[in-house]
Amino acid sequence: MRLWQNCSPRGRISARAEHRSRGPLIVVPAAIWLLLFFTLPLLIVVAISFAERGRAGGVKLPLVLTLEYYQRLVDPLYLGIFWSSVRLALIVTLACVLIGYPMALFISRVAPRRRNAMLLLVMIPFWTNFLVRTYALKLLLSAEGVVNNLLLGAGLVQAPLDLLFNNFAVVLGLVYGYFPFAVLPMYASIEKFDLTLVEAAADLGADLRRAFLRVMLPLTAPGIIASVILVFVPVVGAFITPDIMGGGKVEMIGTLINRQFGVARNWPFGSAMSLALMLMVVVGVIYYLRSSQEKERPL
Amino acid sequence: MSDYAVELIEVTKTFPTGKAEEIAAVDRVSLSIKPGEFFSLLGPSGCGKTTTLRMIAGFELPTRGEIRIHGESMGETPPYHRRVNTVFQNYALFPHMTVYGNVAFGLEMDRLPKPEIRERVSEALGLVRLPGMEDRRPKQLSGGQQQRVALARALVKRPAVLLLDEPLGALDLKLRKAMQIELKHIQHEVGITFIYVTHDQEEALTMSDRIAVMSEGQVLQLGTAAEIYESPASRFVADFIGETNFLDGEVESIRDGQATVLVDDALRLTAPSGAPDIKIGQTVTFTVRPEKISLHSGPTDRAVSGKIEEVVYIGTDTRYLVRVSEGSRLVARLQNAGSEDQAGFQQAEKVYLTWDPDVARILTK
Repeated sequence: MRLWQNCSPRGRISARAEHRSRGPLIVVPAAIWLLLFFTLPLLIVVAISFAERGRAGGVKLPLVLTLEYYQRLVDPLYLGIFWSSVRLALIVTLACVLIGYPMALFISRVAPRRRNAMLLLVMIPFWTNFLVRTYALKLLLSAEGVVNNLLLGAGLVQAPLDLLFNNFAVVLGLVYGYFPFAVLPMYASIEKFDLTLVEAAADLGADLRRAFLRVMLPLTAPGIIASVILVFVPVVGAFITPDIMGGGKVEMIGTLINRQFGVARNWPFGSAMSLALMLMVVVGVIYYLRSSQEKERPL
Repeated sequence: MSDYAVELIEVTKTFPTGKAEEIAAVDRVSLSIKPGEFFSLLGPSGCGKTTTLRMIAGFELPTRGEIRIHGESMGETPPYHRRVNTVFQNYALFPHMTVYGNVAFGLEMDRLPKPEIRERVSEALGLVRLPGMEDRRPKQLSGGQQQRVALARALVKRPAVLLLDEPLGALDLKLRKAMQIELKHIQHEVGITFIYVTHDQEEALTMSDRIAVMSEGQVLQLGTAAEIYESPASRFVADFIGETNFLDGEVESIRDGQATVLVDDALRLTAPSGAPDIKIGQTVTFTVRPEKISLHSGPTDRAVSGKIEEVVYIGTDTRYLVRVSEGSRLVARLQNAGSEDQAGFQQAEKVYLTWDPDVARILTK
């Protein structure tokens, strides 16, 4: 009898209502965390960006409001660095997707047991420190490094190639570092894709290229979109890799911002640049998501 | 121009097994399918029927042998250059396209002008009785409707041959029966050669002009539905198609084209000797279909006597299991033509079984 009462619709509804009222409680820890370590610092950065710089870093007290640092952003020098960072990030993203897509396709086609082993191999670099990996890459590419020694030994080149401290080295380092972020979302999409659909397209007269463009690409696009965002966003603001692989010769937004808080001791300018980058990324991603969603819905 | 729509000449397909010995999924299959024919490949799963179909479509290439479509040898011609279209088992509709987009896809690949595409798509959707569904997505359709879209998508290309891979397998029984009739009707209307893969013997019997029964990569028998049902060439075919009785015995005598089989000490059965290579003393299987047997309460000429062990009422028919000798039983099926109280025979009743000796068969394989 008691059991029945507990199961009555009324009992269930009240239990559910209780759940609902308690539900929001579970986000409290996350909300506190984000408030303390994301929203608050962000507001501080906003405040600093409108303040006068202090002589030894920090800001001048009492606070004086100014738009000076935002005006400096439109200086062709800085706009140029913004643009070259975006271009570099686009190249890195494109390379990651172009190399990652076939790889994700390959992994999704092998036997399930080997598939997991391969995914593990993709993720293994994460087990070592990012700095260590980047320095290792630098050693490989240096004038006396493995790559140059092999090329010289094989007689392919007469003098060691300049593989470091240029855009190429930075792109290579970034592609290497962010490649797993590209492979995994695309793998998730491709793995769900039914290859019979490519057969159906071929059956209806589509050669491989058109079967890919008309059927496989649109259906695996969500994975590509996720990959693009996961790679582009961190890469456009990256500063460790350009710093190490570029050796101070390749300037990106990240290295520029980093310098404002370090040697340049210009916190307000660094803050203004950070916010400009953030705004650019947020607007860019929203625009990208909107336009790619529209493309997914043909007539 | 050849007289056949599709010809398979000694076609073999082996898949690498990773071991030294290779297993042939399709083993020296030769078939000649006439234009406009409704041809079925029938067999249990793993018999090679789907692989055969996939080779005709071009998704797989034969390891050995040759496939010709309207006299033209296919060689390594890719699927998109073959004048065949496939209705896939799970339809394989493009989920990101509308019904219109799906049906128009093949015509767009042929780069036909837009107005012609529009016209032919609506014609194809009319043929499968799905007009007005152009803007729906495959997910918004029922299984039966998706099936029709798949059919329209293939037929709109006006292929020389339409390949159907268990197209009705995912539908429920009622819908399947309705679609069987409709498929046959559509085939009549368009006059295209249909090659139909199924494991459902009833489906194959209902729809096909001719059937190839396959097992373990080989064609065991090829013929019309009636030929295969009435004169199965082997025990496998007789067993796979419909219900039947098997009694093993030894050929005792052959006279006037009739062979007498000694099943056990007390039971002698006769049937047309059929194949000329039957010898006296050979071990054979005697078979007779349950619905060919009549039951009588009194002795008649050439009757086999027995005792009813089991009576099963199955609506249209009643099934009797009759013990005809110490170790042998025959199943007889009688139609329930009369009313309920006219119900035939009772359990444990002594009965006499007769059948036209010409409908019984002797199988050596």
